[in-house]
Amino acid sequence: MRTKREIPEINAGSMADIAFLLLIFFLVTVTMDVDTGITRKLPPPVLDEQSIDFNQRNIFEVLVNSANMLMVEGKEGNLATLKQETKTFFLNPSNDVNLPEKKLEQIELMGDVYVSRGVISLKNDRGTSYEMYIKVQNELTRAFQEMRDELSVEKFGVKFDKLVDPKKQEAIQAVIPLAISEAEPEDIGKTK
Amino acid sequence: MGRFKEKKSSGMPKISTASLPDIVFILLCFFMVSTTMRETTLIVKIRLPEATEVQKLERKSLVSFIYIGQPVKGTYGTESRIQLNDQFATVADIQAFVATEREARDEADRRLLTTSIKADRDTRMGIVSDIKQELRKAGAFKINYSSRKTARLK
Repeated sequence: MRTKREIPEINAGSMADIAFLLLIFFLVTVTMDVDTGITRKLPPPVLDEQSIDFNQRNIFEVLVNSANMLMVEGKEGNLATLKQETKTFFLNPSNDVNLPEKKLEQIELMGDVYVSRGVISLKNDRGTSYEMYIKVQNELTRAFQEMRDELSVEKFGVKFDKLVDPKKQEAIQAVIPLAISEAEPEDIGKTK
Repeated sequence: MGRFKEKKSSGMPKISTASLPDIVFILLCFFMVSTTMRETTLIVKIRLPEATEVQKLERKSLVSFIYIGQPVKGTYGTESRIQLNDQFATVADIQAFVATEREARDEADRRLLTTSIKADRDTRMGIVSDIKQELRKAGAFKINYSSRKTARLK
């Protein structure tokens, strides 16, 4: 007798679809707030005070004082020109004797190339604001990123972050290493 | 052939899909709950600095966070404080924090552990430098200065 009586039923078939849509919406929005930032590698602690001797011409000094003012190579610097200055320093296109020396190295996929021995030395005061520090770091990263891009386009025809082959990436990184050194903290630009 | 035509005689009842939405809703609830669970409640104010050359932090499970900023509650003063997990900490606690974070990960993943420094943009570098020195001592060399991506710097 059961089958004879017809009970009108609400079609709940689409309920699942609605719920799935909600689920997908959540999955998408949750992963949206990705953490981004500037990645750096800290140097291992130096045990003795002995510092590695660097030739003065190989060092590009960037100082930020407590008033968030920039000093680049002994002169007052500017955030807007920092990137370009970093690039000309590191690449040393005119083989200037005051700019870093270059060493001939053999690198896979690249052959014999001149690798700059320049190092960017970034020093900041304890009173420097974090925002300014990030801005300087950002400009330096941009300089290196652009140098890598230029080299990558010249050698492989695509930008550095578009390279798929890890070997090519390594080759570029070997020619243009991220040579940013952060000095041991000290107070600069402060009256003692 | 007759099997298909005669509905009544076949004992095959329709499988009810009425419970399917419920199952999906349970899944949904699970996701909603589990995603908010890992977040720590911030007790310091953080307005991240902006940068253009940012990289995405891959594998969030291998990232430990250090928060620096002014306490949200006025009673704790306006001096920048460090927050580890859910409480205020001092620079001296960093090494122990790194050790516990490392302990919590698989042996193979410990090398890949990244420390993300989430600092307010008005923080003085002194406290950040202190933390960096402690991280160096603790052997946590991979760090990330957390910053928001913008197309152009102001």
